[in-house]
Amino acid sequence: MASRGQALFNARLKKYYAFYTAGFVVFIVGVGLLESLGVPNKLLGYLFLFATILLYAGIGFLSKTAEVSEYYVAGRRVPALFNGMATGADWMSAASFIGLAGTLYLSGYDGLAFVMGWTGGYVLVALFLAPYLRKFGQFTIPDFLGARYGGHLPRLIGVLAAILCSFTYVIAQIYGVGIITSRFTGLEFGVGVFVGLAGILVCSFLGGMKAVTWTQVAQYIILIVAYMIPVVWLAVKHTGMPLPQIVAYTEALPKVSALEREFNDPASEKGRAEEEVRQIFRMRAAQVEMRLQALATGGDAYLSSERRALEKKLDAARSAEIDPRAIDEIEKALREFPANVETAKALWHKEKAQAEARAAPVKAHVEAYAAPDEEARAIARKNFLALVFCLTVGTAALPHILTRFYTTPSVREARRSVFWSLLFIFLLYFTAPALAILVKYEVYSNLVGSSFAHLPAWVSNWAAVDKTLMAITDLNFDGIVQLAEITIGSDLIVLATPEIAGLPYVVTGLVAAGGLAAALSTADGLLLTIANALSHDVYYKMINPDAPTTRRLVVSKAMLLTVALIAAYVTSLKPGSILFLVGAAFSLAGAAFFPALVLGIFWKRATCAGAVFGMIVGLGVTVSYMVQTYEFFGINGPKWWDINPIAAGVFGIPLGFIGVIVGSLLSPAPSPRIQELVDMVRYPRLDRDERP
Amino acid sequence: MQLTARHQAYWRRNLSLTAVLLCVWFLVTFVASWFARELNAIELIGPLGFYIGAQGALIVYVLIIGYYARRMNALDREYGVAEEDD
Repeated sequence: MASRGQALFNARLKKYYAFYTAGFVVFIVGVGLLESLGVPNKLLGYLFLFATILLYAGIGFLSKTAEVSEYYVAGRRVPALFNGMATGADWMSAASFIGLAGTLYLSGYDGLAFVMGWTGGYVLVALFLAPYLRKFGQFTIPDFLGARYGGHLPRLIGVLAAILCSFTYVIAQIYGVGIITSRFTGLEFGVGVFVGLAGILVCSFLGGMKAVTWTQVAQYIILIVAYMIPVVWLAVKHTGMPLPQIVAYTEALPKVSALEREFNDPASEKGRAEEEVRQIFRMRAAQVEMRLQALATGGDAYLSSERRALEKKLDAARSAEIDPRAIDEIEKALREFPANVETAKALWHKEKAQAEARAAPVKAHVEAYAAPDEEARAIARKNFLALVFCLTVGTAALPHILTRFYTTPSVREARRSVFWSLLFIFLLYFTAPALAILVKYEVYSNLVGSSFAHLPAWVSNWAAVDKTLMAITDLNFDGIVQLAEITIGSDLIVLATPEIAGLPYVVTGLVAAGGLAAALSTADGLLLTIANALSHDVYYKMINPDAPTTRRLVVSKAMLLTVALIAAYVTSLKPGSILFLVGAAFSLAGAAFFPALVLGIFWKRATCAGAVFGMIVGLGVTVSYMVQTYEFFGINGPKWWDINPIAAGVFGIPLGFIGVIVGSLLSPAPSPRIQELVDMVRYPRLDRDERP
Repeated sequence: MQLTARHQAYWRRNLSLTAVLLCVWFLVTFVASWFARELNAIELIGPLGFYIGAQGALIVYVLIIGYYARRMNALDREYGVAEEDD
């Protein structure tokens, strides 16, 4: 009977979401009509923002619940297909939606580590975790550690690790929410953060996992539509075919490669012009080098003499009443003038590196591990593989993703659900590299070589909005755009694609709504994971096992609110680089959870002592390597085998495995009751003898 | 409860399926990336090394997971460990 009920539920869900998608399309067309009636863009941006947040709040309100299993695991009745969409939205963050195509544009092959790592991890989820966790069937990931290894200690370490990696990751999401809301509505960054936060809270507060699941399905539909429309349009514009994932390779890529060769060939006309601009950057780098040398010998005295020279120059410029723009520039240089020798050294080294980078020839988009010599190439390859490894294992260990597989009705559905999850994620990830190539083709073939007097509209628009996204200056005064004269920020690629493709503003608004959906849905899942670890694992399982249901839910909601406010506060301080935060979360999760979870299922001999030891070693090594080598922490210790701090998990994960194994062998085998639990997890049904 | 020989056979088949699929995954992810520069010399749909990273590996991942789900759901029935709810 249960399966009949489930089938009806399934059919109803399909109907609801079909209506919802149709309604959303009507909404987009409606906003498009408003645009053609002359409603200003800013208003359209607000409309998109508030309509979607209101929608999520509405779904959250309709899904309100006071039942524990609905609050924590959506009542375990989410069909595979829908859990796949929810996982897709849970998974794809602001970094995937807005940042990924840009990273690929800027770093070509080397950016593919993210594409492979963030999808390949699902193979590990499918083979090693999802079906078994579903059979185990509790509420959180620390729950599994607690039951499998016994005692509070493994659970407690699990809680700490879950909070550590989810919190690092959620900051990156809230940051993304702040950027999108502030860019498209003109609200201040801090205000944008809190508006977005309200959007996150309304949907998870009333209905927990149930509300988050149904909101995430809605968010997935918005984000995938928003991602695809501009890319498909761009492909049609360039090639007349609506299949960007194919034409990018067959049509655009060969032309991009040919243009790269032309830009690097000083004998060609374009190559000669590029060389001229590169020469300017080479001179800049040499100048900075001279200042650095003078600083090394002159120290403070040199720095203050430089500052005085700048002040004199300003006075002279003011009295001569020349171009006010020149005065502005000197004033700016004075404002930003380094306060002491240390900051001067750091700043000038950075300036020199930037100038040198822009003086270098164009890197071929498809070339793997591009570097000046064999040794540097080997290091690049090593780091690429290490990063793929960390992202892959981290994917299969992030608690907010793994808990999603508690919500399906059965083990069968859990297995299918991983398939749907990856398929929905795949749609975006195999489009992003194609988008990067198509935009590159546009820039190389249409923007480069055009005249500064008639820049394409999207270029001048974005250059006016944000210099970090798009900056373009005629450095060699020939009136023609050279590639070396353009600086592009990675977020530009996705944000500007609608305009490059010549689509109306409504599509730009749609892309913003898609980015917001991506960031909100991920933040939702993460905040819920943190709050549930605190309320379920710490409060209910360890402090007060007799707590009544209502009390547990009240504690959960209080935690949710507290964690959200703390996260928003930390985000408003704008810490560190977003990409590093995201990468760090993966290494941390991989090293803390993956060995203990997988060995807990596949090795009956794994013991409590082993799990505790392995988790501490894995996490400890990863954290200490990051602190030792990431420049943010200021220690800058030596790197092990030249591995970058973002891939610290490449040490932590294997050592975590060794830790669990050694610790287990040194302690007595687990009790028969626990070994039976392992058997229970391994077989979808093990309650009676096989059917005749 | 005591596991029967059939239960153990089921688990062994699960393990060997997992191992084979894991090898495929390792091949397209790490071996292909290791030789990316060499593979780029081969032109199919764009240079092969690049194409594998951008699309080929992803397609293989989807196929691995789809195949595993089908195969395991069938094994469950074959060995009588399938959930009744289906």
